[in-house]
Amino acid sequence: MLIRLFWHLALLLGLSPLLLGVIAKTKAGFAGRKGPPLLQPYYDLARLFRKDMVISRTTTWLFRAGPVVGITAPLVACLFVPFGAIGAPLGFDGDLIFVIYLLGLSRFCTAVAALDTGSAFEGMGAAREVTFACLVEPTVFFVLIVLVRLTGSFSLGGLFGPALATGWHTAAPSLMLAIFCMLVVTLVENCRIPFDDPTTHLELTMIHEVMVLDHSGPDFGMILYGAAMKLLLLGAMTVGLALPVSLGSAPLDAAVFALAMLILAVLIGVVESVIARLPLLKVPQLLIGTSLLSFFALILLLR
Amino acid sequence: MGNLANLLLLLVILLNFFILGSSRLGACIQTAALQGALLACVPLLMNPISGHTLFLAGSALALKGVVMPWLLFRAIRQVRIRREIDPMIGYVPTLILGTVATAGAFIFSDHLPLVAAHRGSLVIPCGLATLGAGFLMMITRRKALTQALGYLIFENGIFIFGLLLTEAMPLMVEAGVLLDLLVAVFVMGIVVNQINREFSSLNVENLSLLRE
Amino acid sequence: MQLLIVSWLLLLTGGILAPALGRRPLAATLVGSGSAALGSLAGLAIAVGALANGQTTGLALATTIPGLTLSLRLDPLAAFFLLPVHLLGLLGAIYGGGYLRGREGRLPGLHWLFYNLLVASMSVVITAANALLFLFAWEGMSLASFFLVITEHQEPANARAGLIYLLATHLGAALLLGGFLTIGAFAGGFDFSAFAALSHLPGPTASLLFILLLLGFGSKAGLFPFHVWLPEAHPAAPSHVSALMSGAMVKTALYGLVRFLLFLPSAPGWWGGTLMALGLAGALFGIAMSAFQSDVKRGLAYSTVENVGLILLALGLWLFCRGRYPQLAALALIGALTHILNHALFKGLLFLGAGSLLHGAGSRNLNRLGGLMRRMPATGLCLVIGALAVTALPPANGLLGEWFIYRGFLEAGVRLKGLAAFFPLVIVGLLALVGGLALLVFSRLIGIALGGEPRGSRADLAHESGALMLVPMFVLAGLCLAGGLAPSLLLGPVLRVAKAIEPPAAPLLAQAGLLPLWLGGLAQGLALLLVLTALLGRWRKPRAVTPAVPTWGCGYLFPTRRMAYSAEGFSELAGVSFFCDCLRPRIEGGRSMRLFPGREVFRHQAPDLVLEAGFLPLFAWVAARCTRLRRLQSGLVHIYVFYIFSVIVALLGWVAIRL
Repeated sequence: MLIRLFWHLALLLGLSPLLLGVIAKTKAGFAGRKGPPLLQPYYDLARLFRKDMVISRTTTWLFRAGPVVGITAPLVACLFVPFGAIGAPLGFDGDLIFVIYLLGLSRFCTAVAALDTGSAFEGMGAAREVTFACLVEPTVFFVLIVLVRLTGSFSLGGLFGPALATGWHTAAPSLMLAIFCMLVVTLVENCRIPFDDPTTHLELTMIHEVMVLDHSGPDFGMILYGAAMKLLLLGAMTVGLALPVSLGSAPLDAAVFALAMLILAVLIGVVESVIARLPLLKVPQLLIGTSLLSFFALILLLR
Repeated sequence: MGNLANLLLLLVILLNFFILGSSRLGACIQTAALQGALLACVPLLMNPISGHTLFLAGSALALKGVVMPWLLFRAIRQVRIRREIDPMIGYVPTLILGTVATAGAFIFSDHLPLVAAHRGSLVIPCGLATLGAGFLMMITRRKALTQALGYLIFENGIFIFGLLLTEAMPLMVEAGVLLDLLVAVFVMGIVVNQINREFSSLNVENLSLLRE
Repeated sequence: MQLLIVSWLLLLTGGILAPALGRRPLAATLVGSGSAALGSLAGLAIAVGALANGQTTGLALATTIPGLTLSLRLDPLAAFFLLPVHLLGLLGAIYGGGYLRGREGRLPGLHWLFYNLLVASMSVVITAANALLFLFAWEGMSLASFFLVITEHQEPANARAGLIYLLATHLGAALLLGGFLTIGAFAGGFDFSAFAALSHLPGPTASLLFILLLLGFGSKAGLFPFHVWLPEAHPAAPSHVSALMSGAMVKTALYGLVRFLLFLPSAPGWWGGTLMALGLAGALFGIAMSAFQSDVKRGLAYSTVENVGLILLALGLWLFCRGRYPQLAALALIGALTHILNHALFKGLLFLGAGSLLHGAGSRNLNRLGGLMRRMPATGLCLVIGALAVTALPPANGLLGEWFIYRGFLEAGVRLKGLAAFFPLVIVGLLALVGGLALLVFSRLIGIALGGEPRGSRADLAHESGALMLVPMFVLAGLCLAGGLAPSLLLGPVLRVAKAIEPPAAPLLAQAGLLPLWLGGLAQGLALLLVLTALLGRWRKPRAVTPAVPTWGCGYLFPTRRMAYSAEGFSELAGVSFFCDCLRPRIEGGRSMRLFPGREVFRHQAPDLVLEAGFLPLFAWVAARCTRLRRLQSGLVHIYVFYIFSVIVALLGWVAIRL
């Protein structure tokens, strides 16, 4: 239990910013640039945590609570998700519902913090974030339901456990669709192209990034770190779906998991480089399509 | 072999979703061509290879995968349209209806008294779902071209049903199916051109002006 | 039991005394709200006691009216439903004391008479063990709440709301009367003790009875599509009355449904299926409509429709699984009961909070509020806790009930074979959609009403409410948090009731008792971690914080407060991207195409689809068909007397023929 907790926290805190670095490096490579160093996100975080803050006079404690919840909720949620073959340190019967609602908590607090600034841009970002989340949540649920039905377990630890490895023999098509859906969810929830582009210069077109315009210094650092953890969490679910194997020893498993996550990061970088950003009103269409695909995965499994 | 065939049929269903949700005509035609080509391979996987299946697969590939898309592409070049704008029912509702129809197809075929050999295979639900997708396409779209495309998908659905009967079905019937299809596209091509010339638009609703 | 009657007498005496005090509003308020609070406190103590020792007590007094005995029964189920009634009755009485104080020119005496009557009659409804007594109390409850809804009857909108409510509730009562008469005819009496005979009802009669009871109770509970009165009546009523109606009165209808379903023979599958379908429709419709309301209390009323939908969904699963899958039935029942209790807590809190906003900032319209967290910090905190609870987010209490509901449907999906598992699993996915929309609705409420800058001039001058209004809100907020951090507080009573209703599932129930350890522990851990992170993040280190700069306007130098995102704008994307046209709000004007834009009128309305497209045309059609009957209505008194006389003669004739 403690060993698992150690590995989990080590991977979570250590690996998550690296993923952002790998994505940035891949994109730079595609653009023919050298790109920032792989460890740049760590430098950014360190710099942000040393900085002072500027806080709008409109805001109240709601604004300050956003980043706090934004880092805490993904941290706690990650403790329920197995990282590859490294089992989750926490888990109980039915924890998948708890984990999804934890992510909901972080979304709620970030959106409210954005509205607390009174800025039209941030309100717009908050509206988009919660609207798209309405479409993402059913997808995540359908993917998890496929796993629940396949493994008969109600905890995330059991869903991505050895029972899934045998499930691949009987229900490969459903699981392939599920992996695709999880990939889309990972891209949406972490504001990646083709759904969102945090690097664009126009705030009007952003989704997630425009919500946190007014945060600065340590608060912004917490938001960035929380976002990196969320990427790791959803990525870990995707990887867990694709690779339900164990090598037997914890360090080796951790290495395999880290490698798989890095490959996923490269994959995300490639997707971001080769696909154009979707028009905003197409995003819900694509998300509904993804929900329907995950629903179809369920039909395939049930027959 | 059966597994591979099932995988292809699964892809066919996914392509249905794609066609229902996409507004670009070019992409739709390509997808329909891909769907036809995939379907053409299925008889090879499901039945022992003989001259009969080879002919069926080859002719289906040529017609569904090459000739028809080429004709349709030529048609959209002539009438210069790229997108189906403003369908009768929006893309998202069509997509949802398509999924519901697919779910219905699966549930319905679960209740059919099938022979044991066909129980696990996707042929029946896939055929029903593709028929449904074709119908939806013809119901919801305005342009004559997308209607022709819907008809093509509908025919693909019938072809999938035919797969179950390749052993029993005489060559004539199969040829009939293919010919039927070809004729349909020709007719549609002529109709498309005519409508375009008469009304300088491709909306099928204009046909109702001919009612009197 | 006798104590409970004493508490009713206390309520009644206070209620009658209050208007008698006439033109002394302070004394009337003191007597009225004091007696309501004391009576409710006594009732609450009795309910908690009865639930704790788990015994059933009863009392029966014969009357001269045939069929009616004053028989009362307090078993765990009744005691459980008494909890929200008396808790909200108590807190609402305290809150109302402060809420009504500012209203000059209105005499509070009558208000307190009806308030006390409402609390007492709800209490009688729940403890009645005689169908006729139940019905009398039910009518008393409906009438008292009707008069409370039209407290501010000078406004035409409120009068219309009252009329719709009166119609809905009486149509429901008529159906209930039909159901009860059928029951009485079969059981040979109206006492609940005689209803054991009902378990031998033939199938068709039982189904007819089920439909009558479902519609009768459903129209009170806010069952889709009979929910139309809720969004009209809740905004019209004073806030503590809305809290009481939404938190407690709606629950009495659910109580009636559960109570009478237990008398009926084992249910065929379609009963549960109907309940689930209507519950799901209500949940989806309610939350979707709630997203478009700019009136805070109207939005909350629709959220009640959603939550009642969730409860009915769980009850449907329970009904479906009773006798077939005892474990599933137990899970669903626990989910429904927990959510009933939770909903009373958080919806009570939210309505009281909305009332406090109305009191302090002078408007219920979200677009007139804003920046209130700064001006009304205590109300704001309570509202945030209530919003966390209603969206089922940890660490508040709402998650507990939804967790059981989700769990029940997931379990059903795993247990059932093949494609039969399809339906419960799809419901889980749709529940996730409902959850996502609830998050949208309540982040909008909190963010727009409390965050940002004031949008209206009165919101600028908003003031915090007095202690009388704040204390009840703090109690409810505390209970919401306590329910989340220590779920055994909530689950204790729920499990006791579930054990009484579903004895076969006792082992599972014992197991479910372990769950609070996890959810509660996690909520506590989460709360602790949040506090720690907040401290770590230099929460209040003065050096680090540079205040007194405006919000970054993305390069625009002169942002005004009217530029902040509006309530309608917040939910517009959702409306455009995944609702069908008919659900979307109606928008008129507001698009200026001229070079020099002049004055523009913009109108945004989100009318209830069911009311507008269903009931109103239906009633208009019926009215059109009935124009010929208007000749009967001559306006002459002696003609009416003649009608009465002829009916009596006809009845006598009928009796003569039968004899």
